[in-house]
Amino acid sequence: MYAVRCVNVRKIYKQGDEDVIGLDGVSLEVKKGGFVCLRSPSGGGKTTLLNVMGGLDRPDSGEVLVAGKRIDNLSKGQLAHIRLHQIGFVFQAYNLIPVLTARENVEFVMQVQGVQAVERRQRSTEILAEVGLAGLEDRRPAKMSGGQQQRVAVARAIVSNPAIVLADEPTANLDSRTAGHLMELFVALNENHGTTLIIATHDQMVMGYAKRLIRMLDGKLVEDIDHEAS
Amino acid sequence: MGEIAIGLRLAWRNLWRNPRRTAITLAVVVVGVWGMIFMIAVMRGMVDGMLLDGIRSLPGHVQIHNPSFRDDPTINNLLPTPNNNLAAALNDLGVVAWSARVRVPAVIMSERNSRGVTLIGIDPATEAPLSFVADDMAEGRFLEGAEDVGLILGRRLVDRLGTEVGKRVVVMTQDPDNEIADRGFRIVGVYEAQVASTEESYAFVGRGTLQSLLGIGDQVSEIAVLGADYRDVEALYQRIDAAVGDGAEVLPWYELNRYLSSMLGVMDGFVLVWIVVIFLALSFGLVNTLIMAVFERVREIGLMMALGMKPAVILGQVLAESLILLGIGLLIGDILAWATVQPLRGGIDLSVVSDGMEMMGVGNVLTPSLRASDVVLATVVVLVLGIFASLFPAVCASRYHPVEAITKD
Repeated sequence: MYAVRCVNVRKIYKQGDEDVIGLDGVSLEVKKGGFVCLRSPSGGGKTTLLNVMGGLDRPDSGEVLVAGKRIDNLSKGQLAHIRLHQIGFVFQAYNLIPVLTARENVEFVMQVQGVQAVERRQRSTEILAEVGLAGLEDRRPAKMSGGQQQRVAVARAIVSNPAIVLADEPTANLDSRTAGHLMELFVALNENHGTTLIIATHDQMVMGYAKRLIRMLDGKLVEDIDHEAS
Repeated sequence: MGEIAIGLRLAWRNLWRNPRRTAITLAVVVVGVWGMIFMIAVMRGMVDGMLLDGIRSLPGHVQIHNPSFRDDPTINNLLPTPNNNLAAALNDLGVVAWSARVRVPAVIMSERNSRGVTLIGIDPATEAPLSFVADDMAEGRFLEGAEDVGLILGRRLVDRLGTEVGKRVVVMTQDPDNEIADRGFRIVGVYEAQVASTEESYAFVGRGTLQSLLGIGDQVSEIAVLGADYRDVEALYQRIDAAVGDGAEVLPWYELNRYLSSMLGVMDGFVLVWIVVIFLALSFGLVNTLIMAVFERVREIGLMMALGMKPAVILGQVLAESLILLGIGLLIGDILAWATVQPLRGGIDLSVVSDGMEMMGVGNVLTPSLRASDVVLATVVVLVLGIFASLFPAVCASRYHPVEAITKD
């Protein structure tokens, strides 16, 4: 069973008058419960691939399926629905809504989904404790460290059990110790909850945690090392 | 519901992210709404004053005439004094007061000067509750009966004639046969009207005395009727018209004095224009605040969209910020306007600019009139226009592409 599947996906950007190839015929399947790292030099296509798999961007051609459902041909509203219910995101920065507390940030997705307040509170309390933020539920992002903010973002990404969690350079703004803690958290989530993780990074430390390592160059997959298969 | 709740919470908190900017915008809205409501109350008061003074200056709310009187307002087009049936009907129709009058053009000559006036024969008992003259007596006495042979003049006319209470003047007019009808009257009282031009225009004598002078028996020129409120005159007018029948013409005040009625219509239009003008001024502040707020939060908006919030909810969130700001501003502005008008309910003394006020047909005292309907109109117009003004930043926010918004510098 695949959590996400891309078939011959192409994406071309306009940069001034020039066409820039973002993805050049990428085909990829990620199993449910997989832990994949995408690595590439800057501009290699990893963020573009994450955006396409997450329904944030549409490919020019090819197919993208999330949890068995094709998403590349959906409308904006339908894509928003898929993102809300099937995908969790952790971005490099500006991950949290500053006017909401840690708990409210975690509850944000659930509230948009229409989950009842009592259930929201229970799940957010549990997940914040799981990511090591018990007692900080009512803090706003400005009163939290970068590592704590990323943990809140991770908690928000997984709290409604999405099919996949996509993380784009989640450790880029963290010191190595905090980054290590965050990756241990990702590993625990992957192992304990079976959460499918796809992380775009150029951090060697992060790659060390992945079960599968995919290297991209100029919008193409050039290397795919699956430690589980081997 | 969840999306709406989180959208409203975000709207409220985002407003206070930059308290100084929000406070300044709020102050603009409050001052704008206060100015809007207060000025409307003042203008309403001015027009009400014009209308009430105008109505008190003889027309009443409804008048009954000979059908030819309006085309030819002479002594030849008269009505009989109301018989018992009509008098009983008038008393049963919710009429507050009514009075029959004789009205003729006349010349008054003192030993020093002469002036043309409208000479009005009244029954002081029925006239007192209906028009200004009994209330505005400033010197001497009011008429004591329909057969009183005394003469009441306005202050300015007395000054122009160079005469005074107690002196005699000669009043000259024409009878129905176009013969000169004249006699001497002693000035028994002087009135001071709200509008000085009235003082030069009208002189009052006993109705029976004037009927005798003109030789018209018990006929009268007009029957003026006062109802409870000039704004609700239509029903009264219909009832009187039905009671009087075809033998006489019945007209409401707004037909008798087109200037006054047009002022009422102009005022309604002015209120709307004034609200829109003030709103346009304050909308610049409002839209500027919202645009700044949206531009500052591009990444955040992108994040919310990436997490699955629908563009319509983003749009609603920005509109909600605008409506909350306007709602608070309207509430404070309305309360301030009410608090400003309350101490002025006794009227604002404008005697220092009385000449200018008189040109507009307004008395020396201006009483602001704060109407619930004006406050509701202002509130609705500000909210509706506020939504339109906020649409631009709101639509901008809802049209962001999540990927571009998140990565925006």
